[in-house]
Amino acid sequence: MAYTESEILEGLAEIVSEETGLPADSVQLDKSFTDDLDIDSLSMMTIVTLAEEKFSVRIPDDEVKNLATVGDAVSFIAGAQA
Amino acid sequence: MGLLEGKKLLVTGVLTDGSIAFHVARLAQEQGAEVVLTSFGRQMRLTQVISRRLPKEAPVVELDVTDAEHLEALAGRVREHVDSLDGVVHSIGFAPQSVMGGNFLAGQWPDVATALEVSAYSLKSLAVAAKPLLGRGSSIVGLTFDARYAWPVYDWMGVAKAAFEATSRYLARDLGPDGIRCNLVSAGPIRTTAAKSIPGFEAMEGGWPDRAPLGWDVSDPEPTARAVAALLSDWFPATTGEIVHVDGGVHAMGL
Repeated sequence: MAYTESEILEGLAEIVSEETGLPADSVQLDKSFTDDLDIDSLSMMTIVTLAEEKFSVRIPDDEVKNLATVGDAVSFIAGAQA
Repeated sequence: MGLLEGKKLLVTGVLTDGSIAFHVARLAQEQGAEVVLTSFGRQMRLTQVISRRLPKEAPVVELDVTDAEHLEALAGRVREHVDSLDGVVHSIGFAPQSVMGGNFLAGQWPDVATALEVSAYSLKSLAVAAKPLLGRGSSIVGLTFDARYAWPVYDWMGVAKAAFEATSRYLARDLGPDGIRCNLVSAGPIRTTAAKSIPGFEAMEGGWPDRAPLGWDVSDPEPTARAVAALLSDWFPATTGEIVHVDGGVHAMGL
């Protein structure tokens, strides 16, 4: 079953919130992982790994550096489900 | 029967499912071993999540190899999961960015000391901490990158690896009488998270695949993991202080 983009955002926000302690509603599509959410490379690896499990997708290492914003990640996951 | 049937192994250094240590743990389980992982600090959570991707989820015990209390507690923590160990895999290395990536001449001692402590001295620390669990016939295996040469960008990490290789030889000397072997696998460059953290790692990959008589795939940790598994097994019973090159043959070529 494919997740909708809003379901992906909701799931990703939960993961980010759990990893960083930030409120889930601060995880918005236009937020940058590094500049706005202050997520370092280790946290990003953890978030990516948890997102892979939650949404049953593979997010290659080489792709992670292109995921600057939450919206980038949501779009990638939505596309990778297909 | 698997190569490591019934063996109990402690595997350090599993961070992602690209880690060499992850593939060692996976292969070891496939070959019949029971595996306990170590991790530390903020990495613990990632290691725990990644452990679920092994054929069988492995417990993760906390070990920062620079923390005396962790080292002291290691045997007890491992005993919560297995009563003894037949092997230990050292897959730990760290150097501050300031002493890699072309900063050899600018390297300052506190940062160099960190590289040496985490990447070389830790083999001794880990061996001593695990020794109460290791019986005759057990095996310690570490991962190195050929320290006989000066490489592009590797800098003080290369010096740390030279110390690491020497440490392995002295461990072979001092643990031999107890029937404990200590060997290293000298792998060619593999694109792991650790490798990607080396500024300019591509320069080290260099012409490796072309120079290797057998060829070399920088994205494939399997050959390295197999060699580690072999050294953990009973099939190298009289081998210690050795460095097995798993590099496609590059180490043996002049040009």
